[in-house]
Amino acid sequence: MLWNAVLLAMREIRRNLMRSFLTVLGIVIGVAAVIIMVTIGGGATLQVTEQVASLGSNLLLVSPGQRMGMGQRSSASAFRLADAEAIAREINNINAVAPSSSQGATVVYGNENWSTSIMGSTNQFFVAGNWIFESGRAFTQSELRAGKAICVIGESVRKELFGSQNPLGQKIRLEKFSCEIIGLLNAKGQSTMGTDQDDLVVIPLRTFQRRLSGNQDIKLIQISVNDGQSTQKVKQAIGELLRERRHIATNEEDDFTVMDMKEISNMLSGITKVLTTLLGAVAAVSLLVGGIGIMNIMLVSVTERTREIGIRLAIGAMEREVLLQFLVEAVMLSSLGGIIGIILALIGSVTLANLMGVPFVFNLIIVAISFLFSAAVGVIFGYFPARKAAQLDPIEALRHE
Amino acid sequence: MSNAIVSHQSPLIELREVYKVYGTGQAKMQALAGVNLTINRGDFIAVMDSSGSGKSTCMNVLGCLDTPTSGQYLFDGIDVGTLSRDQLALLRRNYLGFIFQGFNLLNRTSALENVELPLIYRGLPAGERSERALNALNVVGLSGWAHHTPGELSGGQQQRVAIARAIVTQPAVLLADEPTGNLDSSRSREIMELLSSFNSELDITVVMVTHEPDMAAFAKRQIHFLDGQVVRDDDNGGAH
Ligand SMILES: Nc1ncnc2c1ncn2[C@@H]1O[C@H](COP(=O)(O)OP(=O)(O)OP(=O)(O)O)[C@@H](O)[C@H]1O
Ligand SMILES: [Mg+2]
Repeated sequence: MLWNAVLLAMREIRRNLMRSFLTVLGIVIGVAAVIIMVTIGGGATLQVTEQVASLGSNLLLVSPGQRMGMGQRSSASAFRLADAEAIAREINNINAVAPSSSQGATVVYGNENWSTSIMGSTNQFFVAGNWIFESGRAFTQSELRAGKAICVIGESVRKELFGSQNPLGQKIRLEKFSCEIIGLLNAKGQSTMGTDQDDLVVIPLRTFQRRLSGNQDIKLIQISVNDGQSTQKVKQAIGELLRERRHIATNEEDDFTVMDMKEISNMLSGITKVLTTLLGAVAAVSLLVGGIGIMNIMLVSVTERTREIGIRLAIGAMEREVLLQFLVEAVMLSSLGGIIGIILALIGSVTLANLMGVPFVFNLIIVAISFLFSAAVGVIFGYFPARKAAQLDPIEALRHE
Repeated sequence: MSNAIVSHQSPLIELREVYKVYGTGQAKMQALAGVNLTINRGDFIAVMDSSGSGKSTCMNVLGCLDTPTSGQYLFDGIDVGTLSRDQLALLRRNYLGFIFQGFNLLNRTSALENVELPLIYRGLPAGERSERALNALNVVGLSGWAHHTPGELSGGQQQRVAIARAIVTQPAVLLADEPTGNLDSSRSREIMELLSSFNSELDITVVMVTHEPDMAAFAKRQIHFLDGQVVRDDDNGGAH
């Protein structure tokens, strides 16, 4: 009986190629849309979370000037090394204070050249930024004090200049001077803002000041707060200290900014969560539209199908045989659509994830839910009109208009 | 299969005071108004008379496609009214062949597959199924048309596919509602000879509706309907 039902269902599918195709298409669209959107949304959320973690959520960034709206800053005098030292000395509950200055420069190795950003700082920079050494070492105290021509490079710089060569011990040219590579940093990937965090060369602060900038300015102080300590309190303490050091009167505004990475990370993950929910809602709508499409196709063909059921009953089919045939047909079309949808969705999400540079996160639950929903729509709208028809007297089904 | 009915005590078919009423109140319409009819094994009956007199309704009741409003239908002594839907389906499947006035073929389905359909429900294996279906198409003169769909066939050809579908199972009772309505007289004659041979050689009981006295002459017995009642029942004595 089941084999007969499969045979009849396959004949029916072949007989109604267009209707079958549209049913499958509806399910494919519904399933693929949901899976792609949720997968990409999930990937983006994961990426933000990971990047925030790699930045270190205990990080405070202190820079001169005040933010004035979008991307603008009021000018203010830069910090000095003494400011960073004062923070390290007087503020409690912090484990790293990294004064730094940076500028863009072209680095040259042999015939290769690459324009990147040069960061002058201390070993504290590696601590505050959670940097891990892939190979080589950090600076020594004497190297830092002497301002030696040595550097630590990021993964992107290594890739551009050295390819498969080992960079350690090689000399690269930074504008006016050449320096030896003593360390290679582990790759961090793109930042939340889409910039490449691995595209940098770190040199001792003193080397930077003497050979590149020619001044004593510190543009950024990164402070890493001890785990479990309130970044809020530390932020306030730093603010008070710097106001005092920069002689700001009580009625004046700060002429520096302390950014708390935790606030930023909370804000960012909030945004991505909203986005994922939004994508999910859009996807749910497409699932619904696909479902309504299937419903339409099924309902439009009810008259024809009712007559067909009448013929089958008149010829001697039992109600349950007719229903089994319709069920098999609906299940076959729905699962075909579901499988095609899942395959398309996986190809689509992997491609999109690559294009957008977000990780590909396979979410089995969403795959299962969208598949089941579409299959249910296909089966319900394929099966229930058939059931109604199969319960009629054959002659009534045949007379259906 | 046609000889599966073995009890010979009772007549094959008996209708007792069968009524079929459509609509209610003012629009009430008695398509069958107390039909009494006995059909014996091996009968070849022609049902005659004017349009709208209830012939098709009666055939549908006989074919277990329609339930009468009241009255009794005994098939081989069994009260059909007491059978379940599945039992009725099995009765249709195993004992009855029906040729519809309006053909009722599956659209976009080849003649061969249409004729195979009742055999699928009988559970025949694929090889035997197509062999018998092709044979039935051959018998009605459609051997070259097996793979054409109803849309590609003329009215007469469709009617012959419908006939092939009804006879392919060699049913105990063949119910034919105007089987020659769309055929020219020579083709009609062929079909009537075919039905006669089924009746005489395979012992298939045939009940046939027709408007044409020429065709009715092939039957052994003629029944006339008027206003939902059998008004005349003549024995032809196997007139041809
Ligand atoms: N489903 C229905 N609803 C209402 N009235 C119906 C229905 N089917 C048939 N009738 C009525 O019952 C009467 C008998 O119809 P039937 O089809 O049995 O006639 P017939 O003798 O087969 O006619 P014809 O020779 O034209 O085929 C007709 O008057 C018709 O209007
Ligand atoms: Mg009629």
